[in-house]
Amino acid sequence: MRQIMHLFGMALLVSSGSALAAWELNMPRGVTETSHTVYDLHMLILWICVAIGVVVFGVMFWSIYAHRKSKGAQAAQFHESTTVEVIWTIIPFIILIGMAIPSTTTLIDMYDSSESDIDIKVTGYQWKWHYDYINDGVDFFSVLKTPKEEIYNEQEKNPNYLLDVDNELVVPIDKKIRFLFTANDVLHAWWVPEIAIKKDTIPGFINESWTRIKEPGTYRGQCAELCGKDHGFMPIVVKAVTQPEYDKWLADQKAAGAAKAAEADKDWTLDELVTAGAAVYQKNCAACHMPDGSGMPPAFPALNNNPMMQGDDVTAHMEVVINGVPGSAMAAYGKQMTAVDLAAVITYKRNTWENKTGGMVSPADVQAFMDK
Amino acid sequence: MSELTMTTDHHDHGPAKGIGRWLFTTNHKDIGTMYLVFSLIMFLIGGLFAFVIRAELFQPGMQLVDPNFFNQMTTMHGLVMVFGAVMPGFVGLANWQIPLMIGAPDMALPRMNNWSFWILPFAFSMLIATFFMDGGAPAFGWTFYAPLSTTYAPPSVTFFIFAVHMMGISSIMGAMNIIVTIFNMRAPGMSLMQMPMFVWTWLITAFLLVAVMPVLAAVVTMMLMDIHFATSFFNAAGGGDPVLFQHVFWFFGHPEVYIMILPAFGVVSEIIPTFARKKLFGYHSMVYATVSIAVLSLVVWAHHMFTVGMPIAGQLFFMFATMLIAVPTGVKVFNWIATMFKGSMTFETPMLFAIGFVVLFTIGGFSGVMLAIAPIDFQYQDTYFVVAHFHYVLVPGAVFGIMAGVYYWLPKWVGRMYDEGLGKMHFWLSFIGLNITFFPMHFVGLAGMPRRIPDYALQFADFNMMASAGAFIFGTSQLIFVYLIIKAARSGETADQVPWESAEGLEWTLPTPLPYHTFTTPPVIEK
Repeated sequence: MRQIMHLFGMALLVSSGSALAAWELNMPRGVTETSHTVYDLHMLILWICVAIGVVVFGVMFWSIYAHRKSKGAQAAQFHESTTVEVIWTIIPFIILIGMAIPSTTTLIDMYDSSESDIDIKVTGYQWKWHYDYINDGVDFFSVLKTPKEEIYNEQEKNPNYLLDVDNELVVPIDKKIRFLFTANDVLHAWWVPEIAIKKDTIPGFINESWTRIKEPGTYRGQCAELCGKDHGFMPIVVKAVTQPEYDKWLADQKAAGAAKAAEADKDWTLDELVTAGAAVYQKNCAACHMPDGSGMPPAFPALNNNPMMQGDDVTAHMEVVINGVPGSAMAAYGKQMTAVDLAAVITYKRNTWENKTGGMVSPADVQAFMDK
Repeated sequence: MSELTMTTDHHDHGPAKGIGRWLFTTNHKDIGTMYLVFSLIMFLIGGLFAFVIRAELFQPGMQLVDPNFFNQMTTMHGLVMVFGAVMPGFVGLANWQIPLMIGAPDMALPRMNNWSFWILPFAFSMLIATFFMDGGAPAFGWTFYAPLSTTYAPPSVTFFIFAVHMMGISSIMGAMNIIVTIFNMRAPGMSLMQMPMFVWTWLITAFLLVAVMPVLAAVVTMMLMDIHFATSFFNAAGGGDPVLFQHVFWFFGHPEVYIMILPAFGVVSEIIPTFARKKLFGYHSMVYATVSIAVLSLVVWAHHMFTVGMPIAGQLFFMFATMLIAVPTGVKVFNWIATMFKGSMTFETPMLFAIGFVVLFTIGGFSGVMLAIAPIDFQYQDTYFVVAHFHYVLVPGAVFGIMAGVYYWLPKWVGRMYDEGLGKMHFWLSFIGLNITFFPMHFVGLAGMPRRIPDYALQFADFNMMASAGAFIFGTSQLIFVYLIIKAARSGETADQVPWESAEGLEWTLPTPLPYHTFTTPPVIEK
């Protein structure tokens, strides 16, 4: 008996393993009540279409087979029949009403985002996500973790190729989570198939959606609205955990946030800032300005040998990084990064490649600039 | 008076000599030819872009192009195919066929006709020239959603806007010409309800064009203002709304879908009765179905925007209205099948393309019904499922419609029979190639692959490789079509006056080879 159970368990493992295989045919059933309803509705409509298809194509191919001239078929003369035409107008109409009723109830349920337990604000950026746990004061960016070497085929691709991020969105199971969607620059769309949420994030507007995840696990998705060059490289990873694990994670995040804030008061050396800045640069700037600072002119100017990064005057450089360039793709990073990260990345750019100013911009300088 | 009779009777004068014939012609046959040749060239250029897309997507990882260029490819593929290949293709068929089918000597406004065509090569030269500009060609998708296409666009967007304006002017003039021709130039005695289905579907299409092309012009003008004149139509920071762009765009964009398919309905409704040797079933309901599709197409636009966060009342309205389109569309499919039923069918190339159209367009219709259901559309929106859906209605739909029409009427146009063996080979390779290309896209879309991405996760690899292989088969087999047309135009046996056994319609009452001017005396229509 136990052996049978064991075999059964193996079979289950194999089949769930093969769900990841490359020949996946269908939508995932997902891990929420809503996603199950959506999946069932999808299958219902699909089978109705298949049934209609079998009848329609059946009649058609039978005619093609039976009423061919080579078989000596003589053409009939009829070319009208009000009865038949009325029937095949009414029947589809009735089928459509049958489809509309469950669709409407599902939709009404999906739109009810009231009485949530947790509110998370999701902001789309070119090309990363920002998550803000509004009631808990925790917020962070979530960026693609897949290394460039894998993308450019210099290294073997890991199983989560293009679907891995540095900071996952951690949420508890069995809690009603309300998402508030917005964007910082262009349109994006936040999509995780297994919780059946896809919502556009629109700069200047807020959209809502909700979920209640039933099973712990890691659920992966991607940006679904063309948002520019790296649209294909801003995945979403949701990690659903139990309430105690979530509480622990939240506490860790708060502690890490406090430690990060304390960093601002530390005395930074040039080398420390350059090292920290290199990491910040690769994560936030390299997608457009290129890892070697060569940029993609004219949209994304070169930073290497850029006069702005070479002179003694740092104000212009700080202005661009902190407040952005209105009307262009250059975002205002003052709203996205800590003073330490800003200082680090500015210092890095002024001391790398062929930009060798030797000068340093400290977190305090940045703070002073921002307070002005 | 006698002078007038002289000129109208003088119908053996041929075309002008040299390049002037094409530059200054007002002859509907010459202009129709130019539209069709232009459409074919654009089809091949747009196909080349698709080739680059499918080559990059052959395997996971970035191999051939960078992501920005990939986006330029998807954008230009869409724009060139929609505005350069499909629309001019149908206008070419209309130019050739509408005067021949209603017994008119030419289009009602022949000089404007010349101008409508000659705008296009300039518009598309400008559009394609953007590849060589600083920052590259438009890379924001053929739907050019703001603010990606305004604040964040490459500088070439201004040229794109100008090119769209020119295409719009060309389309509007072409459509007005068709409306005026159909209303005023029908042979005496031909009532509206006696017109061939192709003429009917084009009449309705032309009204749709006149209704929505100005809206496209409006939306690109608003973009232009936002980019260069500091307005904020689509910028929330200035009091505008990016979603407004989508509403205005899709108010044009959805009827545009029907602009590309209704004339194909017409072509197929001409071909199936001929090769089934049986009158079109339910002519009247076909006309009413086409009109209701056109009217409904004006009130369903927001089903492209189910995920933008509309109020629920809006979601429900657009969902129900969209589902309703399935009824008249179903009527058309049932009528075609009823026409074949108890007919006496043969399967020459035009009929093969027409049957391929009915089968595959219906599959695209089924996925259309699925997409209409708002709560499950959230899972389909902007995935490869959508890509599969609209390629099923556009490639074996619109493109097969044009090809079926070309095969059907080519013997009349060039006076020679095309090579039937090559035609059948072209059909089967296209049919197999496109199904290998587009059917797996349903699967990867459902499994979670977003559209417009230059690289994808590993679980989508196998179906993508299959799709790319299919695309290469489909693409290269179009060269057969090009060769076949050139061959038929240059050599081969002269076609009979009526090359198809039971073809009906005024065009077949004309001699082969077709004189340069036809129906200078209107034909007599029997009641």
